[in-house]
Amino acid sequence: MNVELPARPKPESTINRPVIADCDIHPCLARPADILPYLPKRWQEHAMTYGMLPRHGYQSGPAYPKGQPDAARLDSWPPDGRPGSDLSFMQAQHLDANRVELGIMTVIAPAAGAAQNLDYSAALARALNEWQVAEWTSKDTRLKASIVVPYEDAAAAAVEIDHWAGHDAFVQVLLLSRTAEPLGQRRYWPIYEAAQRAGLPIGVHAFGYGGYPVTAGGWPSYYIEEMVGHSQCCQALLTSMVIEGVFERFPGTRMVLIEAGLAWLPSLCWRLDKHWSRLRDETPHLRRAPSNYIRDHVWLTTQPMEEPEKRKHFHDIVEWIGIDRLLFATDYPHWDFDDPLWAVPVKLDDGARQALFLDNAKALYGRR
Amino acid sequence: MVRHVIAPAADLPSGERLVAEVAGRKVVIFNLDGEYFGLFNRCPHQGGDLCLGRTTGLVEAGDSPGQYNYSRRGEILRCPWHGWEFDIRTGKSRAEPGRIRAKTYDVDVKSGSELFDGPYQAETVLVSIEDDYIVVEA
Ligand code: FES
Repeated sequence: MNVELPARPKPESTINRPVIADCDIHPCLARPADILPYLPKRWQEHAMTYGMLPRHGYQSGPAYPKGQPDAARLDSWPPDGRPGSDLSFMQAQHLDANRVELGIMTVIAPAAGAAQNLDYSAALARALNEWQVAEWTSKDTRLKASIVVPYEDAAAAAVEIDHWAGHDAFVQVLLLSRTAEPLGQRRYWPIYEAAQRAGLPIGVHAFGYGGYPVTAGGWPSYYIEEMVGHSQCCQALLTSMVIEGVFERFPGTRMVLIEAGLAWLPSLCWRLDKHWSRLRDETPHLRRAPSNYIRDHVWLTTQPMEEPEKRKHFHDIVEWIGIDRLLFATDYPHWDFDDPLWAVPVKLDDGARQALFLDNAKALYGRR
Repeated sequence: MVRHVIAPAADLPSGERLVAEVAGRKVVIFNLDGEYFGLFNRCPHQGGDLCLGRTTGLVEAGDSPGQYNYSRRGEILRCPWHGWEFDIRTGKSRAEPGRIRAKTYDVDVKSGSELFDGPYQAETVLVSIEDDYIVVEA
């Protein structure tokens, strides 16, 4: 009755998986108190007594409940702590299994840059940067960090960028998309100046706490509306960056929009150019059509990608944006994680795949 | 098609699931009130391990706005990654039932005495005549 079957190889081994760069990985603290050793005594006391008040009325966390607990894949909880808090678990489940050669970390929680207390914002940003080096990049050289900055206080943010400039662990400056004012406005310029000085791209990750409704029409009822609202928010901030002349004033600026979607970018370019041709003299500091700046200065990460009903239209979107401007990202360990084998809805040719999954990121985040 | 003896039926109480290796593939087997269903463990969307998903029911619009129906309690599996809902009975996804469905396996319960007539493969299960067993065709 009992028949011994020969052991079979696992149906899906890692062998066929291409080596990739993942441009959006979220490490997080296992417990909020884990940041305390990286804070000066004065701010430890503050953290324990008052905690962080984000720029957001009457609530302590995100306004909308997420699709899954902690916004994470259900299988990404390590034995102890929150998803993304355990390096060896992340290595086994993601970095090794998905053959990540270069992993760009984006620490979005706690959202240090959104703290209303600007001195605490700066202290927490520094602590998170120290923590990224001590707990992550020094233990796994595939991982590179983004400099968390107190972006509502641009002078302090510039100090933070200067502090880490040239440090091997850090490959970009990180902002969140919801800010007190549109990101192109001059209160933020010291950040772009410092990033240019350091030769680092500016990554802008969706979310954060601007203090305003998460859509241009006001506070929506549902989480799904928040999720699609990111494209509005990022269109607004990118328009501001272009129209305020940030790319003209800081021509070394390289900007990466992270987790904002991508299919909206071509239509924004078309619309901007159309209006600019009529209204050009309102903003004479712009020497070129808006789409020109976007083409030269902006990159987008892929996750979450829009998936047109007719798959061939995905090729059109890629062509309009330029394959050289797209960076593959998984968003590990979050619930809307993209698996590198299955996420892109069309078959790309080998050159395009190589660019999207690896080479673009290595070129952008390589040292200058 | 070979029939695989997976486990004693007593090992899978109603409302529970178990994961079995069938012909080299992982299959999640569910007991819905005495009816048994099998789904290939890989989510057809991007490959999440379906065995780690939560079971729920279906929340759907009722006859008029503001009315909701809750049905199929315990018969819907949500993928642990992106939360797509799959009907455990048919494997069909709720969002795109015609296009995306989890691969299903036929699961049966047979008595030990029936099984002695073979041909069956029991990888780790010792079969005795008195008990019932979960059997998968693959
Ligand atoms: S992998 Fe299952 S819903 Fe995406």
